[in-house]
Amino acid sequence: MTTEVGSVSEVKKDSSQLGTDATKEKPKEVAENQQNQSSDPEEEKGSQPPPAAESQSSLRRQKREKETSESRGISRFIPPWLKKQKSYTLVVAKDGGDKKEPTQAVVEEQVLDKEEPLPEEQRQAKGDAEEMAQKKQEIKVEVKEEKPSVSKEEKPSVSKVEMQPTELVSKEREEKVKETQEDKLEGGAAKRETKEVQTNELKAEKASQKVTKKTKTVQCKVTLLDGTEYSCDLEKHAKGQVLFDKVCEHLNLLEKDYFGLLFQESPEQKNWLDPAKEIKRQLRNLPWLFTFNVKFYPPDPSQLTEDITRYFLCLQLRQDIASGRLPCSFVTHALLGSYTLQAELGDYDPEEHGSIDLSEFQFAPTQTKELEEKVAELHKTHRGLSPAQADSQFLENAKRLSMYGVDLHHAKDSEGVDIKLGVCANGLLIYKDRLRINRFAWPKILKISYKRSNFYIKVRPAELEQFESTIGFKLPNHRAAKRLWKVCVEHHTFYRLVSPEQPPKAKFLTLGSKFRYSGRTQAQTRQASTLIDRPAPHFERTSSKRVSRSLDGAPIGVMDQSLMKDFPGAAGEISAYGPGLVSIAVVQDGDGRREVRSPTKAPHLQLIEGKKNSLRVEGDNIYVRHSNLMLEELDKAQEDILKHQASISELKRNFMESTPEPRPNEWEKRRITPLSLQTQGRKGDHLFKDILSVKEKYLMPTIWTVEEKAQETDKSSHETLNIVEEKKRAEVGKDERVITEEMNGKEISPGSGPGEIRKVEPVTQKDSTSLSSESSSSSSESEEEDVGEYRPHHRVTEGTIREEQEYEEEVEEEPRPAAKVVEREEAVPEASPVTQAGASVITVETVIQENVGAQKIPGEKSVHEGALKQDMGEEAEEEPQKVNGEVSHVDIDVLPQIICCSEPPVVKTEMVTISDASQRTEISTKEVPIVQTETKTITYESPQIDGGAGGDSGTLLTAQTITSESVSTTTTTHITKTVKGGISETRIEKRIVITGDGDIDHDQALAQAIREAREQHPDMSVTRVVVHKETELAEEGED
Amino acid sequence: MGTPGEGLGRCSHALIRGVPESLASGEGAGAGLPALDLAKAQREHGVLGGKLRQRLGLQLLELPPEESLPLGPLLGDTAVIQGDTALITRPWSPARRPEVDGVRKALQDLGLRIVEIGDENATLDGTDVLFTGREFFVGLSKWTNHRGAEIVADTFRDFAVSTVPVSGPSHLRGLCGMGGPRTVVAGSSDAAQKAVRAMAVLTDHPYASLTLPDDAAADCLFLRPGLPGVPPFLLH
Repeated sequence: MTTEVGSVSEVKKDSSQLGTDATKEKPKEVAENQQNQSSDPEEEKGSQPPPAAESQSSLRRQKREKETSESRGISRFIPPWLKKQKSYTLVVAKDGGDKKEPTQAVVEEQVLDKEEPLPEEQRQAKGDAEEMAQKKQEIKVEVKEEKPSVSKEEKPSVSKVEMQPTELVSKEREEKVKETQEDKLEGGAAKRETKEVQTNELKAEKASQKVTKKTKTVQCKVTLLDGTEYSCDLEKHAKGQVLFDKVCEHLNLLEKDYFGLLFQESPEQKNWLDPAKEIKRQLRNLPWLFTFNVKFYPPDPSQLTEDITRYFLCLQLRQDIASGRLPCSFVTHALLGSYTLQAELGDYDPEEHGSIDLSEFQFAPTQTKELEEKVAELHKTHRGLSPAQADSQFLENAKRLSMYGVDLHHAKDSEGVDIKLGVCANGLLIYKDRLRINRFAWPKILKISYKRSNFYIKVRPAELEQFESTIGFKLPNHRAAKRLWKVCVEHHTFYRLVSPEQPPKAKFLTLGSKFRYSGRTQAQTRQASTLIDRPAPHFERTSSKRVSRSLDGAPIGVMDQSLMKDFPGAAGEISAYGPGLVSIAVVQDGDGRREVRSPTKAPHLQLIEGKKNSLRVEGDNIYVRHSNLMLEELDKAQEDILKHQASISELKRNFMESTPEPRPNEWEKRRITPLSLQTQGRKGDHLFKDILSVKEKYLMPTIWTVEEKAQETDKSSHETLNIVEEKKRAEVGKDERVITEEMNGKEISPGSGPGEIRKVEPVTQKDSTSLSSESSSSSSESEEEDVGEYRPHHRVTEGTIREEQEYEEEVEEEPRPAAKVVEREEAVPEASPVTQAGASVITVETVIQENVGAQKIPGEKSVHEGALKQDMGEEAEEEPQKVNGEVSHVDIDVLPQIICCSEPPVVKTEMVTISDASQRTEISTKEVPIVQTETKTITYESPQIDGGAGGDSGTLLTAQTITSESVSTTTTTHITKTVKGGISETRIEKRIVITGDGDIDHDQALAQAIREAREQHPDMSVTRVVVHKETELAEEGED
Repeated sequence: MGTPGEGLGRCSHALIRGVPESLASGEGAGAGLPALDLAKAQREHGVLGGKLRQRLGLQLLELPPEESLPLGPLLGDTAVIQGDTALITRPWSPARRPEVDGVRKALQDLGLRIVEIGDENATLDGTDVLFTGREFFVGLSKWTNHRGAEIVADTFRDFAVSTVPVSGPSHLRGLCGMGGPRTVVAGSSDAAQKAVRAMAVLTDHPYASLTLPDDAAADCLFLRPGLPGVPPFLLH
């Protein structure tokens, strides 16, 4: 073995074991199947390609199953296609052979490689197509020959060996081949033979693709958002994911987790196609017609990474608006319509557009001349907006509509009154007519279930109540109830959880649906999006009035060519390569997603990394990241179990502490820049907005620290004081990565809702296996269950998803009485001025924890003194920083009771460049002064006594925010009162922004502020002070 | 509309109506008002007008008092205005319905889009409608029914319109008001606290809440007249 080989196999230990195990077990079966196949050559050929993909995926799955010892009937499907797989590998070997070393580990490699090889394969396919087109039949012969002796693993390896480029020492190879052959073939197969096999297989592959359509494929038609239709052939037993991935490839869409496919079950019922299940089983006898739709509306579209994703969201919203599903006022119709025009027609041109008949557009369900005039009028005002900007503006306005992203279901309440249940990102809304009459935020819902046509939610007790209540709704029929339930499960999972929950384990005599959302959660998809690193794909906006013009999903340009390789089956490739290819792609994706946690992933990727083009590597990284994440999670999980015994709160704290260090991400830059416009809106959510509203206009997207900066004149320095008396508010911005990681830590915390006791063990298990068990669940779920139950993970997770919107929610929940532990966590999160970057997460975490601890102290208002100590004078490290859009990444390691500062990543000016390039907004480029600043953040923390459990569930009584301003300082005071265990506790958080130029002695101001705070509340103790200082350095002003 | 949430308190005009002498005749009690001292009311009214005009720099439109409409000065009940749309209400008390006429005329002259309530079954008092800048709450009180609230929802479709049960002899805005963006001020009475809690449950947006000792104090208006640079006012 070469060293390379060694390392490879080493890395893959786990997977390889799995792989070999699986494969070893299978040979017999395989052989049998092969025989069968050979006996019926024609048919087999025909069906090969698509199945191949399938088999691959199933293979993997199988392994997984073995791993989890949940293996099920899937293996049945595998054998028939083994042959195909071989050929597939062959191809890979040819092109990408240099990457692999033939070894015993080959099989594993192969498996791993499946994710990658596609591009090569494609190329290969194109190039060699003619060559290969000749013999098909031979393969079978070959196969037969091999059957007895050759295990499937062998073939690939052998062929690989043969095909390998000359770079590798042929001797070595041969040796290896021999080795492997000897090992597995028992010396029966000669090299020569393998060569033959190889070529034959290649041909076979080609051939089989040609024959593909003969059997077992079904034509699917998918209506896309622009009204065009996409059709493709699918293997009959293909899963929903296959089709969905095909469509996304066609659309060149990467951020696809927000979307889904709908099929019309009955005139008034549409169902989401479950990607994890066979299409056929879901459709039953319905025609294979689908519509591509947005399934999860991003609460903040500006956080999407790619314009193309926003574009599709726009198309969906335009549909929603035109159909009346998304009600708007006249003015909004006009405004949105005008952005549509701007996006589709560009700047208003009197000559060109004066004559356009706007009635060809549909801006509203019922369109009046008046509306069209208004639209035209507003259109004129958007001069200069690029299509992408216009889309962004469109979304900014659309997202605020009250029905944005609300999925309505007709129902009756317990009294038989017609109502509608709206499922949205934040929870469940109850409407009567157009009026919202009730709302159940996800944190409030303990359990969602359905039984026959009834749908139930179990909610936490309200403020003064002792018991949970269950609220029932009557849906038109059983299927409607189930559908609503599913939508709820999916929405909850998508928006509230870090990672999908594992479907309940199959037990004997278990009733009910085991359905769980198996896709990526919002946190995960954002995480994944951060890694998208392709050049913004070119796409053409199809005018809504010229629907016939098809949306050109095919990438353009050299860059995009490589993209295509990345995404097999993209556009033009499809026809040439047939379904088989695409399904391979599916495997790729599926694997990435499902095997996220498998440790083997990482090694594999590393292997590939150097060799494949960078784009590819990017793609892979997503999964690496994930797997890393998951691993971390796992570790934590275990740790947590241990700790759980101590106490819940203890646990939580542990999680927080163990939160992995987020890595700084390039994506940050990319994301922020294009968002400049939107972010302004977003900023509105900040407390500061109130105070500084005028000035914010000039700001780039950032967190409040930056706001401050921009606020006054250039070259002033600002110092922000955060004096926290017991409590802080989460102010931390938008970092999704943060979220993910935070949450990882929390996954396991035991359910804390009253009355609902979760076992820790299962939960932990979930962490480790949830993703991998998808296959078993999908096969076991029956469409017909009468009941389903779903308990939203309440754990800390709820307190942890922290994003812009969440921020709002947090605040919102504060005033809500009866907040439970979890909710309260949400309310408590600390506001480190540090903001944004991944690094800051940690800070937040720790702080929260500490706050929790503080809360627990029974006597609150207690004796934490000395908080400030003399630390006042201490200086944190200062970090140069750009104002422009990039928030200071100040990394504070807040250790309890200690002051700690660490360097933020230095943010570069690239921001500016980027924003120029994307011409996002004039504001960003013109008005934002580029000023170099120093930022430092110091946290002073008083020693906190951990109060232990018990104190967790306080009840929030009141929360109030008061803002006052003086010449150089702005003070925002946030007062929260909570009651727990009969003891009331008041937390006051003050944020003091001291603004001024160099003249002001900030330290003094700081001391003053703290003194004041203490004077004002003599009976309270200062538990925490966070100082965030930003100083603009004069040198680099933009002027 | 543009940016909801920013709309709170932005205004350019103020519409008031003089205090008729008939206001003192006892009708006021029916509206949950304390006993009135007519002279004082008129004096205060004058002060209000002055403040609106001079301190806030608003264009002040004043409708003449009408003796036949004792509650005429309570203009808040007669229209719900957001953006360029004015919903002319249909007050619960038939006696008050004529009040809307003058208001309608005035609003029309301002170029607002006027929406009427055609439904005979709907009743809506404007002071049962609280606009937070991001959404509406409609108090289902003695004066306002579900149908009336529905019409608010129909009229202002961009916004969530939630209904809040209001108990006691008060309009929703007699119990709470907006003390600033995202800040709800509420009285400390049971009814007021209940309403605030209900609103907290119903909303997607965060509001801080400020509790005041008495309900009447919560009946305030947050105004940001004129230019953005001018500091906001809280009008009681």
